[in-house]
Amino acid sequence: MNISLNITKSIHEWLFSIMPEGVANIVEMALIGLLYLAIFAILGLFLVLLERRVAAWFQLRIGPNRVGFQGVLQTMADALKLLSKELTGTVKADKFLYNLAPYFVIISSLMALAVIPFTKEFQAFDINIGIFFLIGVSSIGVIGILLGGWASNNKFALIGAMRSGVQTISYEMSIGLSLLTMILITGSLQLSEIVEVQKSGWLIVQGHIPAIIAFMIYMIAGTAETNRAPFDLVEAESELGAGFHTEYSGMKFAYFFLAEFINMFLIAAIATTIFFGGWLSPFGITESIPWLGVFWFLGKALILIFLMMWFRWTFPRLRIDQLLTLEWKYLLPINLVNIVIMALIVWLNLTIKI
Amino acid sequence: MERYIFYILALIMIVSAIASVSSRKMLRSVIYLLFALVGVAGIFFLIDYNFLAAVELTVYAGGIIVLMIFSVLLVHHIEMKLEVAKISKRILTAIACAIGAGLFITTIYSYDFKVESIATTTTTAEIGTGLLSYEAGGFILPFEVISVLLLAAMIGAIIIAKGRKLETNNDDIT
Repeated sequence: MNISLNITKSIHEWLFSIMPEGVANIVEMALIGLLYLAIFAILGLFLVLLERRVAAWFQLRIGPNRVGFQGVLQTMADALKLLSKELTGTVKADKFLYNLAPYFVIISSLMALAVIPFTKEFQAFDINIGIFFLIGVSSIGVIGILLGGWASNNKFALIGAMRSGVQTISYEMSIGLSLLTMILITGSLQLSEIVEVQKSGWLIVQGHIPAIIAFMIYMIAGTAETNRAPFDLVEAESELGAGFHTEYSGMKFAYFFLAEFINMFLIAAIATTIFFGGWLSPFGITESIPWLGVFWFLGKALILIFLMMWFRWTFPRLRIDQLLTLEWKYLLPINLVNIVIMALIVWLNLTIKI
Repeated sequence: MERYIFYILALIMIVSAIASVSSRKMLRSVIYLLFALVGVAGIFFLIDYNFLAAVELTVYAGGIIVLMIFSVLLVHHIEMKLEVAKISKRILTAIACAIGAGLFITTIYSYDFKVESIATTTTTAEIGTGLLSYEAGGFILPFEVISVLLLAAMIGAIIIAKGRKLETNNDDIT
């Protein structure tokens, strides 16, 4: 198998020195899995807090500020509360599918997290079809939403799930095509190589006009893909209660909720990697200290996440027909033309390289 | 190590394939089918055909299964169960399956597989040039035929979806 476990060499060597090879491999995989689960949980909780603080800021409130310094422990307390809650369900629900649904959502986003390069050394699975893998894996998450909506035997949950399915399938097209536009410059699907190409200028600079168009389309489609406002028809509170997770309680609800925030982070992380140079510092100012890359990466990702939160508290919700018109009549044709323009630019060598 | 992973994947695939045809709840059998397909993707990952594995995930798991779930959601109620087929039909299906399985197994065992010691990962660039080359070993003809087929399917879908409207429009013009 071709799994390059290049997170930390010293732990790797230490493990192999005290154990036989097969056992050490399994232990290493388990450790990395645990590490990613920890990242998943901490990141999710932190983003929930951030969302609440940003929302409060936009609405001239203070937001959670009592538990811990400036409310940093608030979401931790919420998670503890959710853990201790009773898991309820509807009587005539299809119990097997009802319990299975949250895992689809959470596993698909965890798998996608594995290929994201946090720094040069911090990437669990550097596969040679990185972006294609990301698109493929993220398309599985919608199955969980559809199942959850159907299996809870509730009209509103079902409507929410159907809306989510339509929305995700349509906007996946735009995400794929806008990423494909950038692949034309890099010539590789491997995420580490894409970052390597950007040492001579971030792709959004290299590809100038079509790259900026692709980035805008990507951000719109990404916001729609994560079912966030202004595309949150899936859980339109005034119409559907809480949408597909109306019938979920306790930790199962928390899985959906956390996965939503992790998906938001994933969208921002992919945008960072593809458009803004991943872990590379601007103008190479910290090139001599490679481990600083993770801070650059997280910083860029957080700025993009802030942008998505800004969208959420600025735009009103779209109707379903407006949503589909936006995708099929505007974004998709613009995207196709954009790919042709980008191909021309790459062919004629008009990219800007520093 | 790889052997154990292969056995685990094979077990998942066989169990879920059997469950998928024997379950009487429609959506559950779709989900069992999804597990079988994910198992196939896992096998592709195991033998380093990353591209094919990702295609399996995108097209089958992400595309076809989602469409199946959609159609089940539209026509099926949660309390409905599929009917059990008649005995005569079951026997016929069993015979057909046995013949099919026999054919596959004899073909697989009579073919002399060559074991490659070093597996090479196929890159997307190789696949792309392979699809578009018209020299020996190129796939340009099937590629073009499939694109024509897809175009025809797309036009057909549009006509089926808008058939009534198109007819009335023509009446207005003439």
